[in-house]
Amino acid sequence: MIKVGLIGAGKMGISHLSLLGAHPDVEVAGVSDTSKMVLDALKKYTSFPCYTDYEEMLRKAKPDAVFVAVPTRFHADMVQNAMERDAHIFAEKPLCLTVLDGQKLVEIATRKNLVNQVGYHNKFIGTFREVKRLVENGYLGDIFHFVGEAYGPVVVRQKQNNWRSNPAEGGGCLLDYASHVIDLINYVVGPITKIKGSILKSFYSKNVEDSVFSLLEVSSEVSGVLSVNWSDETYRKMSTTLTIIGSKGKIVCDANELKVHFKTTDCPQGYSKGWNVKYITDFTDNVDFYLRGEEYSAQVDYFIKAIQKKVPNNINTFQSAWHTDKVISMIKQSINN
Amino acid sequence: MERILFGDNQFFAVNHISDEKSRAQAIKFQNDVEIIKTLDYSIDAGVHTFMCTTHDRIATICDYIRSHPAKYEDYKIYPCMPYAHKYANAVTELGIVGTIKEYVPNNFMGSLFKGGVAIMSKDYLSIMELMIDAEMKMFRNIKTPVIFLQNVITDLLLGLGMTEVLVAFHKYIRKKYDTEAGFITMNMPKLLDLLEKAGVENPIICTSINKAGFRMSGGKELYETVLKTRKVRVIAMQVLAGGAIPPKDAIKYICSLPNIESILFGASSRGNINETVSLIHEFDKQYQYDILSNF
Repeated sequence: MIKVGLIGAGKMGISHLSLLGAHPDVEVAGVSDTSKMVLDALKKYTSFPCYTDYEEMLRKAKPDAVFVAVPTRFHADMVQNAMERDAHIFAEKPLCLTVLDGQKLVEIATRKNLVNQVGYHNKFIGTFREVKRLVENGYLGDIFHFVGEAYGPVVVRQKQNNWRSNPAEGGGCLLDYASHVIDLINYVVGPITKIKGSILKSFYSKNVEDSVFSLLEVSSEVSGVLSVNWSDETYRKMSTTLTIIGSKGKIVCDANELKVHFKTTDCPQGYSKGWNVKYITDFTDNVDFYLRGEEYSAQVDYFIKAIQKKVPNNINTFQSAWHTDKVISMIKQSINN
Repeated sequence: MERILFGDNQFFAVNHISDEKSRAQAIKFQNDVEIIKTLDYSIDAGVHTFMCTTHDRIATICDYIRSHPAKYEDYKIYPCMPYAHKYANAVTELGIVGTIKEYVPNNFMGSLFKGGVAIMSKDYLSIMELMIDAEMKMFRNIKTPVIFLQNVITDLLLGLGMTEVLVAFHKYIRKKYDTEAGFITMNMPKLLDLLEKAGVENPIICTSINKAGFRMSGGKELYETVLKTRKVRVIAMQVLAGGAIPPKDAIKYICSLPNIESILFGASSRGNINETVSLIHEFDKQYQYDILSNF
């Protein structure tokens, strides 16, 4: 059994906690949260040991691994603190608010040889994994251009009062929403190296941006567009799409559907010349316990298996999340310029 | 429960395999008249139960049903609560406490917050009951023989081991509404274990069951074993696995399974509704004949 502790039982934390509670190889050793209401509910109806102070939880519960699902502002200290106690870490995204903080966490995790993972769950979605496979094996030929998009209905009116509306805590569309798309582009097309220009626009929020539009460059040959808006009420929930155009074909992919067009018959097995449409059902393995989407269960399971040394710890590492932090910081700078 | 239940995913742009189809459905059903028309197609096909989320727009559909009592005399609705995205988006925007403040009836929260959060912390089940009542308001004077807890909540509580809350939902629905409580889940075998241990016998569980094994946590074989060996009233949903299985194969598989009391499906056109309903009748007849001839 892996003893796991959770810091932060908010929206993502509670969801992780439920998955951990159902995981056959996990014992939930402790949960910490500062909200009395949430903690009282957990105390009353679950068997998990609860703490208001996360350091007390680390000290007393002595978890082998810790899930950190608090506002991004607290990641640097809490993750470092837990790693100093030799705990493997699953942190929510984005990794840190500054590039320096992220670098420090990457260094500690590497030095102490701890399993480290960040919650960019798109990499555990079957359609996006297939896109990665197609691109990596060169089936699209030379990549010319890509478009990464995400839209959803988070802020659709002028009203807000939590940490996601506070830029100092890690709020805003860039950190909360666009980070997913940036991370996916880094993973599939290659690391973004330059920002040619950005527009961050607010529609409803007073203190943070509600949308991010950027021109990105991977290399002098490969460039793309980032278009993210969390104030689009025509979407029922967050919807992420990746379009990639190459010399041999084109991909349009979201979490449900993969559409691939090949110019010639020179294409991978299972595909043919012209349009190919495949669905998430073709790429999804069953999970042992389902909550909100297979990808959430799969990423938690992958982390646990990495601790058990059943899989390599090479998806969503601190290192890759740190690169996403760097791109976020580059986008911010591109505005100031 | 009736053998065939009509679902509402198509009305609210829920499509498990295509965002494009979702948008097309959102456009098609943006007018409530289209929803009512489609419900009437299902009634024409002999389906008299509508299983739907407590989406705001259902309130208007309920108004229409109430104002046409003769036409909908035998019509039943199975409400499924809560409409999760309403709350999920609110939690992202307002946080957990903020969401409760927003959605729990005003007077209650006002008086409780005056008394301090500590008082409230002792009475979560009352909050749940108030939220159920708030969600049920739109269905007044409509027959709701089964009231369901949505899978995102059922499964969240299941993973957390909050058995007491699941049982409290079950008890409250029976006590207050004098109807059956049902649970939607993507983890049917685990949920059944937990409910049975807590003394909930022969529960109504609505869950993904399809030939492709899609969203059948723990695997298709495990589900088939549970259906063969356990006491549970199952409603099969996602029988077409979002469209991944051809309708004929999909329905044939479902009708061949034991212990499935009802089949839930949704469709946007009269043609598709009629096709699915007649396929269910066709294979039901075939398998009943097989069973009888085995005696």
